[in-house]
Amino acid sequence: MEPLSWFEIITRVFIQFMPVWVALIVLFTLSIVYKRRLGLYGKLFDSTIGMIGFALVMFWVFTGIFGAMDMIITHDPLAQVSGMKNKVPGTPISGAEDGQYAYYLFGGDNLARDVFSRMVKGAWVVVQIAPLATLFAFMVGITLGLPAGYYGGRLDTLLSFLANLILAFPVILLFYLLVTPEIVATGIPNYMATVLFVFPLVFVGVLLNSRYKTQPSIRTPLLIVVLGVMGLIYLSVISQAGTAVAILPAFMDFINVPGNILVVFVSVVFVNSPTVFRIVRGLAMDIKTRDYVAAAQTRCEGTWYIMLWEILPNARGPLIVDFCLRIGYTTILLGTLGFFGLGLSPESPDWGTTINDGRRLLAIYLHPAIVPALSLLSMVLGLNLLADGLREESLRD
Amino acid sequence: MGLFILRRAGMMLLTALCLTFIVFFLANLYPNLEKLAKTQGNFRMSEEEVATWLGNRGYTQPLFVKYGEWLGVVPGAVIEGTDGEIRGRCIREGIAPEEASTYCGILQGDWGYSTVFQDNVGGIINIRLGLTGKLMFWVMVLMVPSALLLGVLAGMREGSRTDRTLSTVAITTTATPEYVSGVILIAVFASSAVGLKWFKGTATTAMENATFENFFLPVLTISLYGMGYIARMTRASMAEVMTAQYIRTARLKGVSFPNIVMKHALRNALIAPFTVIMLQFPWLLNGVVIVETLFNYKGFGWTLVQAAGNNDIELLLAVSVVSVFVVLITQLISDIGYVYLNPRISVS
Repeated sequence: MEPLSWFEIITRVFIQFMPVWVALIVLFTLSIVYKRRLGLYGKLFDSTIGMIGFALVMFWVFTGIFGAMDMIITHDPLAQVSGMKNKVPGTPISGAEDGQYAYYLFGGDNLARDVFSRMVKGAWVVVQIAPLATLFAFMVGITLGLPAGYYGGRLDTLLSFLANLILAFPVILLFYLLVTPEIVATGIPNYMATVLFVFPLVFVGVLLNSRYKTQPSIRTPLLIVVLGVMGLIYLSVISQAGTAVAILPAFMDFINVPGNILVVFVSVVFVNSPTVFRIVRGLAMDIKTRDYVAAAQTRCEGTWYIMLWEILPNARGPLIVDFCLRIGYTTILLGTLGFFGLGLSPESPDWGTTINDGRRLLAIYLHPAIVPALSLLSMVLGLNLLADGLREESLRD
Repeated sequence: MGLFILRRAGMMLLTALCLTFIVFFLANLYPNLEKLAKTQGNFRMSEEEVATWLGNRGYTQPLFVKYGEWLGVVPGAVIEGTDGEIRGRCIREGIAPEEASTYCGILQGDWGYSTVFQDNVGGIINIRLGLTGKLMFWVMVLMVPSALLLGVLAGMREGSRTDRTLSTVAITTTATPEYVSGVILIAVFASSAVGLKWFKGTATTAMENATFENFFLPVLTISLYGMGYIARMTRASMAEVMTAQYIRTARLKGVSFPNIVMKHALRNALIAPFTVIMLQFPWLLNGVVIVETLFNYKGFGWTLVQAAGNNDIELLLAVSVVSVFVVLITQLISDIGYVYLNPRISVS
């Protein structure tokens, strides 16, 4: 068989991505039709920059999700096909069997694996970890930043010192110290997870409690149900058989996070939360001088109610923008980890690891490194553009 | 002002102490020591052999004692090993055990001995910092003027087509981490597959003899990432200044547009970027590690990777002390510089 020309490669890739295109078109049509009823999200569709950014981000999100369902990929990302080592994009597989896709669309890497399928699977790693890690960092930052900014004083001094301490660390040094097999063996990531994962519980608990404090008949059952479910998930996530933290018996331990994913997750949250803390603290210090906070204080509202239901909603604009930027930054951090071969397993298809694999032969074979590099670039660029669009639209009103 | 600097210096020392202790603690965890013993001794040592190896070299002392020794406030340990040889913290090759000094920590100016490079840490850090200094100097020479130019051009007419284009360029460069831009740049300009062999893909030769050909790509890679951010800050501050009353007055007087930008707006617009440039140093440090690994330039960042990868405790500590001080001193300079540039703010 003849190798594919560039035009054929692009067409075939386009066809492979068909589920993503369909999902994108459906999402955009629905959003544009109902944009007046969707608040800030709807306003995003008034700005071109924001729309481009959102499209890029959703492209990778859908790619990740469909890729995880084995829909887009052409080959198994770990399978090695003989004779396909370092082959250029569009090379046909010699003697392809029935049902096997006959081409390596983006070529083969140095272990004769399909670059295209690995790129798609790599998107899933990012889409899984980055938003969730950012969300956790925000929970930690908000739960600590609000009281620090609102009360000030000793609490603020102490927490700010700790935050600056973590921020003074060069990120890569921190990763090298935290994300090694030796450290995983000591169980430090498990302990850190135990501490960091409490914050969502505290946050949701305080949030609901302060809201329904005056209606005990709603509050008590609500808190029991919500905290019960979250507590069970929490215990199940942190407890790992065979590691330092093994609290739950095996039959209740239904979520098992592999040790290396956990350590990557924990260290990314750990690196991100001090910055979020500083942002939230600054916003809280600014907003607490406003008149509506003074009015709330004279109404004798509880301090946590003021913090979570008066100050936090008014700080949402900058926080949402920062959330988008921070997902991008987290993606970059995940790539950095992969680039230095830390944490994730060497055959993991995530983009950082693939770039690291491909860069050794960069002088001769471009495609194994350049494909994940461009994917990462477009995803982070999309998040930056999205944040820019959101900032513009939220400043408008 | 004096009091302010003094307080900040005290804070800095406290931060550095805490940080080095954390690094010390993590590097001295038993699995890490075991790895050290196996890489330094041999890989087939049994558990007991590892324990004796570590004991003979003073690694099994209590954590605080070891930390004190490293600082130079506790006398360096002298241990008569199970194999009869006398080893001590302060005893090096060529020095008899009797003549060795009692204290040898960083307070005495002794940074310790690197197990990976088999050399004094102080010397290694000096050489490597010099190499990275060369890299950083050229990064600054390239990054700062181009970022300011980009920002001023974009910000002087907000919302114009130039502004849109330049802002998109700035966003793209901030969205490109060094390991992505480095790979793309090498692929385009250095690889034989594309055919544009304008530059070299490694900077190893640049350590002795830096030329445009072997040094431009690493410099460009680091600059690109920082450039976008500074340019965006400059743009925002320039756009704000251009709406000020005195600019309008100057315009109504009939001053030409280039004159307004150069003489009236520029100085005020550069206050914010100055702080940002100083605060970029910690980020550049990250970039340096990635770029030096990617281009195989054996500077400070490369040393960090080697020290951390091999658990070379004393080198690792020296590296973290240096980088923490770089971060904190640039913060201090940016605070002081801000006060001098902007008379409306005072510290007290």
